[in-house]
Amino acid sequence: MSNPHPASPAGDAAPVIRVTDVHYGLGGATPVFSGLNLAAASGQITAVLGPSGTGKTTLLRLLMGMIRPQSGTVEVFGEQVPQLARAPLYRLRQRVGMLFQNGALLTDLTVFENVAFPLREHTKLPESLLRRLVLMKLQAVGLRGAAQLMPAELSGGMARRVALARAIVMDPELLIYDEPFVGLDPISMGMVLRLIQALNQTLGITSIVVTHDVHEISRIAHYSYLLAGGRVVAQGNPEQLRADHSPVVNQFMNGLSDGPVPFHYPAPDYFTELLGRE
Amino acid sequence: MRSPNLIGYFTDPIARVGRIGLFLLRILAQVAPALARPRLIIAQIFNCGARSLVIIMLSGLFVGMVLGLQGYALLQRFGSESSLGVAAALGLIRELGPVITALLFAGRAGTSLTSEIGLMRATDQLSAMEMMAVDPLRRIVAPRFLGGLLAMPLLAAIFSCIGIYGAQLVGVSEMGIDTGTFWSQIQSNVELRDIGEQLVKSLVFGLACSLLAVYEGYHAEPTAEGVSLATTRTVVSSAVLTLVLDFLITAAFI
Repeated sequence: MSNPHPASPAGDAAPVIRVTDVHYGLGGATPVFSGLNLAAASGQITAVLGPSGTGKTTLLRLLMGMIRPQSGTVEVFGEQVPQLARAPLYRLRQRVGMLFQNGALLTDLTVFENVAFPLREHTKLPESLLRRLVLMKLQAVGLRGAAQLMPAELSGGMARRVALARAIVMDPELLIYDEPFVGLDPISMGMVLRLIQALNQTLGITSIVVTHDVHEISRIAHYSYLLAGGRVVAQGNPEQLRADHSPVVNQFMNGLSDGPVPFHYPAPDYFTELLGRE
Repeated sequence: MRSPNLIGYFTDPIARVGRIGLFLLRILAQVAPALARPRLIIAQIFNCGARSLVIIMLSGLFVGMVLGLQGYALLQRFGSESSLGVAAALGLIRELGPVITALLFAGRAGTSLTSEIGLMRATDQLSAMEMMAVDPLRRIVAPRFLGGLLAMPLLAAIFSCIGIYGAQLVGVSEMGIDTGTFWSQIQSNVELRDIGEQLVKSLVFGLACSLLAVYEGYHAEPTAEGVSLATTRTVVSSAVLTLVLDFLITAAFI
């Protein structure tokens, strides 16, 4: 299932995102990406899986032009993101909603104003319409009753749901989720899972979900990529990934500490260090 | 972090001045769009100005009272204690008002701006704004910069007025200087040029302190230690820059 070639996700739809031969590093010995290839088809849910520290969040930052690759191309909606100037980049971002790992709510605004923020910045909607739109999005995430609370009064899971309402308030064409299930209780997790699926099915929103919750995302993803060592090591629909018995896929899907992906950060010999010998 | 070397000791501060200058140009480019949302600027004038009023008024009162005591003791040696009013007023209007206000502003409002923006950086709020195609320089930095810039002259004027009142409390009520003499000396000797000097100084100090505060916050390392260091740098840099600029402006006015 290893694939060094540009990815071909399921379906015939044109890719909304295409990442080709991307190399990116922070100057350390190990680059974050060395020849990364993947694509996300329009109207589908694409999962990007991988152990912690494999650069999943870095990939999202590359997609949104927050950082630039050292080489390779990053294409979103047919535009070369690293080459975009600020104004066209901002126009592109208006078509995209992003859910941050920690919610990233504006702490000086209420829940209502947080969700209304993109509308106030980018539209001139009358207040009555804006209010209805915000309440509809808050109702969708089950937090209409929390509209007047401040972010500091919310639990981590509630904050994530408010951030999700904010991410969809502009009706984006592409939604990017960065670890949407972390820290959620089972009820909220099920709700977020259903919401991602509903947004995809009813509105046709293309979704990229970066996560390490393999079993949750397998229920809704159309296509998945498994990242390790700076590149895609496996890809396919959930059935194909489950049927893949290569060591790296087996280790990740079954949560094994022994395998090609090392659990321990490189270190000197354990006993030598404990006993204090040089 | 780069290891310090001899060349770096000279080039790093110059590079930092250059970066701050470029940051100022980027803010200035966002001033016009920011002015289209006056509520944000008014909120920041309230945040930087109104919330600093207590410390400014208290400090002004005591600085004025000390000036009254010291001025009276000094002027009495030359038999000209009746000039206490004008001595205190000129000292406060031309020098102590803008300088002490700037130092207090750096400690009270500057640290608040730096830590607020730094924490917004650390908690991804600025990144989230960029992702929503909202420029944080326009929405967050420019209103805070303008708020600080506009609040400073108002605070300096209030500081000076309260200070003169403090000097009057000591000079007239305690030391027995005639009230009419105290105020008429001020009326006849304080000129528009003196008020202008205060206005220029407080605007320049307001620009310097606000710019340093938002620059340090915006470029803070997104960690608790990074925000703490940025806040410290704001206070130290603002204090030193205020005193250097004070000397230059005073020399220009003399």
